[in-house]
Parts: sequence; structure tokens; C-alpha cells
Amino acid sequence: MIKSLHKRNSELANSNKQVEFLSNGIFKGGELATFNNKIAETNQFPLRPKKLEILQINLGYMCNQVCEHCHVDAGPDRKEIMTKETMLQCLDVIKSTQAHTLDLTGGAPEMNPNFRWFVDEASKAGIKDFIVRSNLTILRANKKFYDLPEFFKNHNIHVISSMPHWTKGKTDKQRGSGVFDKSIKALEELNKIGYGMPNSNLKLDLVYNPSGAFLPGNQVALEKDFKKALHDDFGIQFHNLFAITNLPISRFLDYLIASENYEDYMYSLVEAYNPEAVKNVMCTNTISVSWDGFLYDCDFNQMLELPVSSKVKHISEYKEDQLQNRNIITSQHCYGCTAGAGSSCQGNII
Amino acid sequence: MQKTYYDPTDLKKFGKISEWNEELGSKFFEYYNSVFKEGNLSEREKSLIALAVSHTIQCPYCIDAYTGDGLQRGITKEEMMEALHVAAAIRGGASLVHGVQMMNKVNKLEM
Repeated sequence: MIKSLHKRNSELANSNKQVEFLSNGIFKGGELATFNNKIAETNQFPLRPKKLEILQINLGYMCNQVCEHCHVDAGPDRKEIMTKETMLQCLDVIKSTQAHTLDLTGGAPEMNPNFRWFVDEASKAGIKDFIVRSNLTILRANKKFYDLPEFFKNHNIHVISSMPHWTKGKTDKQRGSGVFDKSIKALEELNKIGYGMPNSNLKLDLVYNPSGAFLPGNQVALEKDFKKALHDDFGIQFHNLFAITNLPISRFLDYLIASENYEDYMYSLVEAYNPEAVKNVMCTNTISVSWDGFLYDCDFNQMLELPVSSKVKHISEYKEDQLQNRNIITSQHCYGCTAGAGSSCQGNII
Repeated sequence: MQKTYYDPTDLKKFGKISEWNEELGSKFFEYYNSVFKEGNLSEREKSLIALAVSHTIQCPYCIDAYTGDGLQRGITKEEMMEALHVAAAIRGGASLVHGVQMMNKVNKLEM
């Protein structure tokens, strides 16, 4: 298992270093347009929020996996976990927000010791779409997690899980040895109780992200291939596939630099820039809450520690109207969300 | 003077070919894009064919382009290599099958 950038004491574990790196080099001398200049060409700078739809809460950076591309730099060694006190503050917001979707993420959100209590409480708020982003292997990591699929079902949780490929080789290379087999087992368990089955209300979606320095292909075609292969090989079914572009931050940035792919990758992102995608980037309808309750425009800005540009900085002082009246912080990493058909936590955006 | 005949960055300039002959360039790219659309063959199958042909004609630009294209489509390295062996078999077979011509000639000339 590889180690997190934090564990390795890597320079890139410092988010300031990442932001600095992304601001220099090919973007400093004008070889490539900065993201802000690019969106200014179509009068889209600064980006402004639209109607708030998604409240995404990060329950902690601890994870049982250490994936090579992880933008959170998550792993077993990360001790940042949301406390019950912060969860209570989140619950106050969940009860009053106009957002129709609650999206719990991590790390592995299930590893938060108060995860079940939080889901119990949050589900009482009557949120329309309650998402848990599960890495799948956590459902098979320990006996204490074996009943999570039933727990999800009882709370009508929408499960979204990562699955970088339908083959063992590609999956294990990106996510670690043994991940594929455990993921298949977890998917079988979810299918068994109705998740992902045709016409089932128990939603099971998969997330695909490229296992290397290239952009995702057509989401519809990939979904077709995933569905065929997983069904033919294992009898597994799921609803939608979301193709997500890897953003050049954290461990994926580290990989890009180490493999000497950084410049080519950034060129690919800039060449694939689609001004139409800018209109629907997820930061325009999302608020991201970090494990310690701070507010961000998106999960990626959270990892780069670029807080919301608002007087309201923390969940404890949350005022939706005031937050909606802000400029969204954008930089070069945002090219990852505007390439081709665009990319978000819900896949393509156009 | 350029030190090599091939420059990877030239691939990105392919579209500029039209600048010196807009009509034929546009017709070519329109045809090219139509060819790769899903038809009786899937885009995925066409990508693998393109990769194999790229190696047969030994075009570094095409190899670069269709290796990347294959990865984007989720094509595995094992599938790519299998496609290449199809190309290699046909190319090798094409040499070898001419051996029949050699054999015919030898048989005709030798006592």
C-alpha cells in the first residue's frame, strides 16, 4: 500500500505548495491561459453561485484505501475526522437548507465513529436525495461494516461508489491490491438487497475516473461497456456511470509530476476546455463542508484550502443567503471540471 | 534545422493542414470524423482497428493518438496488444505469402 503525501512528508502535502505550483510554470509565462483569464473570454469571470442544490459534507479524511489518484490524500494514517459537535452544527443546516441533495463523502465516511448516528439524524430532515460515497471495500473491510448495505437500504441512501474499471488489473493498480475482488463482493451484496437493480428505487451509481494521465472518454459509451462487462462477468447491475476527470491536485498532481506528464496533461485539459461546461460546474450549485466545519465552493477547493469568499466561513455561522452572494474561487485546477462534456461529482455536466 | 523528422507537438497542428487548402482539408476531416462514428461497428472497435493500422503503417502520430484514444475508452493494454498482433500477423503473413511466388519461380526454373 502506498502512503499518503502527509505520511511521506511530501512538499505537496502542503496545499499552498500545490496552489503555487499550479500558478507557475506553463501558466506563469502565458504559454497557457490561466483559468480565470479563460473564463473571462466568455464573460464568465467571476463565477457566481446559482440556486443551491447540493450540500456536500466531508466526514473525514481517514480511509481504508490509499488510491494513487486521490485528491483528498486520504488513507488510514489521516486522523482528520468530523466531531459530533460539528455534525450537530451540520444537522442544524441540513434542517433549514434549500439544497435537495445531501452528499456525504470522505475518506471513507463510514469510518467516522458517528457515521450511523449522523445518517439517522440527517435522514429525519427529509432530504430528497441522500448520497453516501462509498469506496465499496469498506463494506467488506470488517465484520462491523457488513450490515451497512441494509443500513443504507433502511435509510433509502443513494450509494455512489468508485470503480475505475471492469477489470481487476486496472482497478487494483489504481486503488490497491485486492480492491477489485472486494468491490465486486460489495456490489454483489448491494445487488442482493435490491441496490442497482432495474426499476429499483435503491439507487446505485458508479464513478469512473481514468487510471492515468488521460481524460475520460464518452460517459455513455463507458457506461455501456461497464454494464456489459460487470453483468457478463459477475452478474452485477447498477444504474448510472459517472465519468469524472482527475483534477491536477494532491496525489494525482504528485503522480503527474513524478511521471513527467504534468505539462501534457494540463495541455489536454486546456485544449478540451469547453465554455459551455463552465455554466454548470458543480461549485455553482454546491457548498462543500470540511471535516472541521469550514465552507468551500467545492471538494477540490477544500483540499487546496481555498475557503469561500464570504464573511460566513464556518458551518456554525451558516447563512445561506449571504453565502449565495459570493464570488467562487477558481484557479488552474478548475480546468478539470470544464474539459469536454465537463466533470462533477455527478459526472458529465452537459 | 529541426533535428528529427517527427515532432510530437506537430500532431496538435494536424487541423492546420486545411489552411493551405480549405476545401479538401475540410472534406477530409468531415470524412474522417464520420468514419469514426458508431455504425455497424462500435467506436471502440474502430479505435482498436485504427490502433492496429497505425502500427502497420508505422505512423508515430497515429500510434500516439489511438493509444490515448483507447485508454480514454477504457480499452485495456491486453486488448491493444492483441490488436497489434493481428496487424503483425497480417503484415508478416503478407511477406510470407509472397513465398508462393518465390516457390513458383524456383519450381519453374530449376531442373
